[in-house]
Amino acid sequence: MSGVHPGDIEAFAAAVGTDDPVCVRGGGSHWMLGGEPAAGVREVVAPSGIAAFDPAEMTVTVGAGTTLVDLAAVLVEAGQEVALEGPSGATVGGVLAVGRSSLRRGRVGAARDALLQATCVGADGRLFSAGGPTVKNVTGYDLCRLLVGSLGTLALLASVILRTRPVPEESCWLQGQMEPAAVAAGCHRPATLLWDGARTAVRLEGYREDVEGSAESLVAELGLEPIEGPPALPPHRSRWDGTLPEGGILEVGSGVVHGPEPLPVPVPAPGVAALGRRIRDGFDPTGRLNPGRDPYRLVA
Amino acid sequence: MRRRRWSTRDPLVADLEAAVGAGHVQAGDAAVHLYSRDGSAIGGGRAGVVCLPGTAEEVAACIRVARRHGRAFVPRGAGTGLAGGAVPCDDPVVISTTRMTRILDVDIERRLAWVEPGVVNLDLTRHLAGTGLHFAPDPSSQQSCTLGGNVANNSGGPHCLAYGVTSAHVAAVEVALPDGDLVVLGEEEGDPVGYDLRGAFVGGEGTLGIATRIAVRLTADPPEIATLLLDFPTIETAADTVSAVVASGIVPAAMELMDQRVVRAVEPHANAGYSLDAAAVLIVELDGLPAGVAREVEAVTRIAGAHGADSVRVASDEEERERIWKGRKAAFGAIANIKPSYYLHDTVIPRTRLAEVVAEVNAIADRRGLIVMNVFHAGDGNLHPLLVFDEREPGVLEEVFAAGEEIVRLSLSVGGVLSGEHGIGLEKRQFMPLLFQPADLDAQRVLRDAFDQDGVANPHKVLPTGASCGDVQGMTRLPEGTWV
Repeated sequence: MSGVHPGDIEAFAAAVGTDDPVCVRGGGSHWMLGGEPAAGVREVVAPSGIAAFDPAEMTVTVGAGTTLVDLAAVLVEAGQEVALEGPSGATVGGVLAVGRSSLRRGRVGAARDALLQATCVGADGRLFSAGGPTVKNVTGYDLCRLLVGSLGTLALLASVILRTRPVPEESCWLQGQMEPAAVAAGCHRPATLLWDGARTAVRLEGYREDVEGSAESLVAELGLEPIEGPPALPPHRSRWDGTLPEGGILEVGSGVVHGPEPLPVPVPAPGVAALGRRIRDGFDPTGRLNPGRDPYRLVA
Repeated sequence: MRRRRWSTRDPLVADLEAAVGAGHVQAGDAAVHLYSRDGSAIGGGRAGVVCLPGTAEEVAACIRVARRHGRAFVPRGAGTGLAGGAVPCDDPVVISTTRMTRILDVDIERRLAWVEPGVVNLDLTRHLAGTGLHFAPDPSSQQSCTLGGNVANNSGGPHCLAYGVTSAHVAAVEVALPDGDLVVLGEEEGDPVGYDLRGAFVGGEGTLGIATRIAVRLTADPPEIATLLLDFPTIETAADTVSAVVASGIVPAAMELMDQRVVRAVEPHANAGYSLDAAAVLIVELDGLPAGVAREVEAVTRIAGAHGADSVRVASDEEERERIWKGRKAAFGAIANIKPSYYLHDTVIPRTRLAEVVAEVNAIADRRGLIVMNVFHAGDGNLHPLLVFDEREPGVLEEVFAAGEEIVRLSLSVGGVLSGEHGIGLEKRQFMPLLFQPADLDAQRVLRDAFDQDGVANPHKVLPTGASCGDVQGMTRLPEGTWV
């Protein structure tokens, strides 16, 4: 696939412009999350393509409009991947804007920890960069983490530098009738633990001998059985409050419950909500970026 | 007539004493002097008055008192920072969290601990001994530095190579905001609800408020650890080995490089087992499950051999492993004995460019007649070139500053950044425009202003303001307890 060029980024900034309300469209896979954009708002699309992939550095520079599938196809040739996950058609920028971490978070880390640098278009139409190109960086404020999960309400992602990681050599799923804590105690750093109130499903990742050894011991000592893949997750996400709803599945440690029914969104404390409003107003004084969307309505 | 105990006192001091108790406010010359510096080489700051709150509510009360009196405030942990972040500007109220040392709750099953900001980093790890869990960020100052300071600086440490810096290990943080309100940012588990204000706060260097309680994520101890000590004939071959290990797809727990000058300064005190003849010594730590660790030890040994390593030794037991790390973490203390003065930078460069950049850093020092010592987090490209000198030599300071700027510009020219873990503070404010465009800095200012609408939290830090406060000066012996 072709690379993203500086000219594409400039053109994106020009398309965003300086005045009228705009919303950015990625793959549309999470379109309703956090509220649909206000009616009649002009759509813009971020540039796509991979500008630079440096396997030895373990970083990739990619247009925010690039699909995860296209990115993965390039990275896997060097045995690498990024810690982003999304449905078919999802884009890098869309998944970052939503900010949900991968189901494999226990191994790959949070989505927000994968973003090293973001080049964005601000509400005034100017391009700005946040973060830096290196894997370690505390130069100035951490705007990257603020942008992840902001649903494009602070700035629109044009191009990003992501940290890559080696694809695990081996992985497998197991399941058994027991509490997740018992399974967690029986293996080192599982990628995923899912609990439906009776059964725990676990995903193991790593070097082949280690994954096979861990799986054998979970089977022999705890009576788990291999399964093909994760159990089907119900469609609605809510925040874990200590009780599992009927038919729900908990992503252990991620604070997320997948349930059959939508549940109310937690309300932020007044001081937190006020701070969030000041940040949004500061970045976008006229409310022209993705009007109608609200990260506080993005459940979990 | 009612006794008015405070009648002769400064009303600011009286109000602070009412907020935190008379024994916990210090306004004498000794305190003002003590709190005017941190671990950096920056002098010229001056604490107005120092208060030591004992609770979150008292921290918030101190902020409100400061504001009522029209004063700025400066948060302070252990004062081990290396960029002047805790150096007081504008005669502020210094709010020290060192009395807030309680570990409030440890939840083993959820791998989460709530702590107060004054808890010393290593004390938390010691507290967790035997639980199978630890707190991953391990700055070399971990015997002294506080978790509140770690949050403010988004601190790193050798093991952040595999496990990530502080931000990846802070789930939530209770903050006394610059308006005196207390809020909790972040969630105990998972991604934040709404804007990631927790992520924005971490690394704010005390300009966004003061952490009053911190929920840290705990990491499972690895079942197997292999610590390798590798000797190299040149620093370039060692640096090339680091780049090649990363490129091979191995992510070590830590990869630390020391040049010969550092090794020769450290070894006599630490007895770490470093070779005095090696031009460079590399520590590589690999952890995980046994089979993977064994394969990685083999791979690193092979890569090092191919790049000309003279020897590769695997620590045979925990005692040897501890000695190797003790030497590394004590490196700066030992360096202080070489020359009376020092100047340190903390840039990050792409890991594929290590050999050429380290060679050029050494050449810069040579050209200016300075001694440079390199001890750094090689695995993530985080350089710590330390210029040592005797400031009594005429003209040497100018050479040191010029060399420092050359190193910064060199790092940026290869695609690097200004700071990997020490932060910007006062020291690197003037370099920010070298890395960031005006629009980039404006965006950062928007964040800061949203937290601190009136500019009262740690003024003049991080972003260039044009105002002068504190200069790099007085570069005498390293303060006791300085580490990188």
